[in-house]
Amino acid sequence: MKIVVCIKQVPDTSEVRINPETNTLIRDGVPSIINPYDLHAIEAAVRIKEEGSANVTVLTMGPPQAEDALREAVSMGADEAVLLTDRAFAGSDTWATAYTLAKAAETIGFDLIICGKQAIDGDTAQVGPEMAEFLNIPHVAYVKNIEKINGGSLIVHRLMGEGHDVVEASLPALLTVVREINEPRLPSLKGKMRAKKVEIKKLSGDDINADGSLLGLNGSPTQVKNIFAPEVKKDRKMLEGSPDEQIESLLSELKTLKCI
Amino acid sequence: MDYFLTEDQQMIKELAAQIADEKVVPVRAELDEKEEFPWEIMKVLAQSDMFGLFIPEEYGGLGAGALELAIAVEELSRACVGVSTTYAANALGTYPLLLFGSDEQKNKYLPDIASGSRLVAFGLTEANAGSDAAGIQTTATLDGDEWVLNGTKQWITNGGEAEIYTIIAMTDKSKGARGASAFVVEKGTPGFSFGKKEKKMGIRASITSELVFEDCRIPKDNIIGKKGMGFIVAMKTLDHSRTGVGAQGVGVAQGALDEAIKFARERVQFGKPIISIQAVQHMLADMATEVEAARSLVYSVARYVDSGAKDISKVSAMAKLYATDVGMKVTTDAVQVMGGSGYMREYPVEKMMRDAKILQIYEGTNQIQRNVIGQALIKEAASKK
Repeated sequence: MKIVVCIKQVPDTSEVRINPETNTLIRDGVPSIINPYDLHAIEAAVRIKEEGSANVTVLTMGPPQAEDALREAVSMGADEAVLLTDRAFAGSDTWATAYTLAKAAETIGFDLIICGKQAIDGDTAQVGPEMAEFLNIPHVAYVKNIEKINGGSLIVHRLMGEGHDVVEASLPALLTVVREINEPRLPSLKGKMRAKKVEIKKLSGDDINADGSLLGLNGSPTQVKNIFAPEVKKDRKMLEGSPDEQIESLLSELKTLKCI
Repeated sequence: MDYFLTEDQQMIKELAAQIADEKVVPVRAELDEKEEFPWEIMKVLAQSDMFGLFIPEEYGGLGAGALELAIAVEELSRACVGVSTTYAANALGTYPLLLFGSDEQKNKYLPDIASGSRLVAFGLTEANAGSDAAGIQTTATLDGDEWVLNGTKQWITNGGEAEIYTIIAMTDKSKGARGASAFVVEKGTPGFSFGKKEKKMGIRASITSELVFEDCRIPKDNIIGKKGMGFIVAMKTLDHSRTGVGAQGVGVAQGALDEAIKFARERVQFGKPIISIQAVQHMLADMATEVEAARSLVYSVARYVDSGAKDISKVSAMAKLYATDVGMKVTTDAVQVMGGSGYMREYPVEKMMRDAKILQIYEGTNQIQRNVIGQALIKEAASKK
């Protein structure tokens, strides 16, 4: 079984500050980490490998320094690492990113793709499911347990507001995983030694046969017009008392405001 | 300060520090309070290959030496000496096999020890054989193709939780120290059971138990080294393990110093943080200097051991003696710097002070270390004539 794990290198948001003038992240001096949800994706893949047999390739799109994230994934047990890096990828939104990752996954070959449910910098949770659409394969998002994988399908538990769904999907498929699925391991010493030496395979737009018009800024329907912090409205009033009293005060407030 | 560690040694230090900070610090107070054996942490150490650090590569280890082990032990001790004692006692129990084991014994046991799937304990101490190791009363008698063990070992770290035990027993009482031999005994062997579990002042995450042998029969080949070599096996084992105990002293002292500095920067008295008071600064300065001195000695001795030198008894005793005395002094001073807060269980330094005490006592009291050093000085002086 061939598993591709998609990861993203993100700024450690626990140490991030915002530039008040431009409302953008100040990335200088902020350490880069593997997106925490992606650590769960790596762990899930490595466990499948340990329980049966699988080859785990970790894939990321990013600047050359994203190699560090790939090496860390290898130190946790991934077998191979692929870095998608090309100037043409710059400015990709989730749509263009998903297209690029999908083309790369096709090039690498896979039975299963595992992603973290979302990245902590963008918080969109779009890239995984969009990739599945580009690849025309089934996907299950918010997976909190991989119950079993047999032959051509797998059964997983999808986290819901209350409880979970049990979902069966045919392979190849894509999963996005939540924190509840596992506790990511720390690297091992042998893994770290391997990670130091492992060859990071680099792929460009041409290497994955991508349509240039769908890459980077050109391929991104999202246009950022303005970034701003939402205004905090202060004219709020909390109604207190028992539920009956609160209903009474709410009604009189609404009447005062001439809403009813 | 740069300790001129290699890239691999730096990597070991960073990973051990990550385990200490992320997996040990959050649970250390609870493990101490409940006297709970740290199995979860042992699993993390196993998964991270930490148990294979000093085991040769041919047995699935990393083939590193005393310095790498000291670095890992130091980092774990910074977080919790109860945890590091469990980890280091595993190495202590392994040294007899590593230094004197037959190829068969090494092939049988070392891969499991390296992977962390089986924990090891070393059984030397008895009720009447502590500092006077020659006073051992446990016996091993050859009966056909089997050794029959009888007696009780006391205060054995990892006792009951370990799967593999290296035991020193008398094979010929009339010969005194020369009548001792070393054996490997597996948990589950009929006639081998565990007695009292001790309640301790510190290192409460580690387990300390009695080992009871009642007509416990083990195969003849389970003898480690030759008959009558038991005392040498024990002494060489201790020569190798002492740098690790020294590293525990450095680690616990560093942990206490870090806490004391953090507290002194935050605690305001007389209108200013107490770290700006010279009396406090001088205490911290002494503590920091002693930690650096202890670390330098431990690292130097570990490097000397790794060079393959034979005369390591004196220097390893010095490393153990000095670094554990520093561990005791610095943890005590950290409690003093932190005053009433330091004495409370809400802060980690009172535990560090309780934990540090054992380092001056186990694996040869610091008085015994001085004996070892003194005897080496006499021998060296005599050989110069």
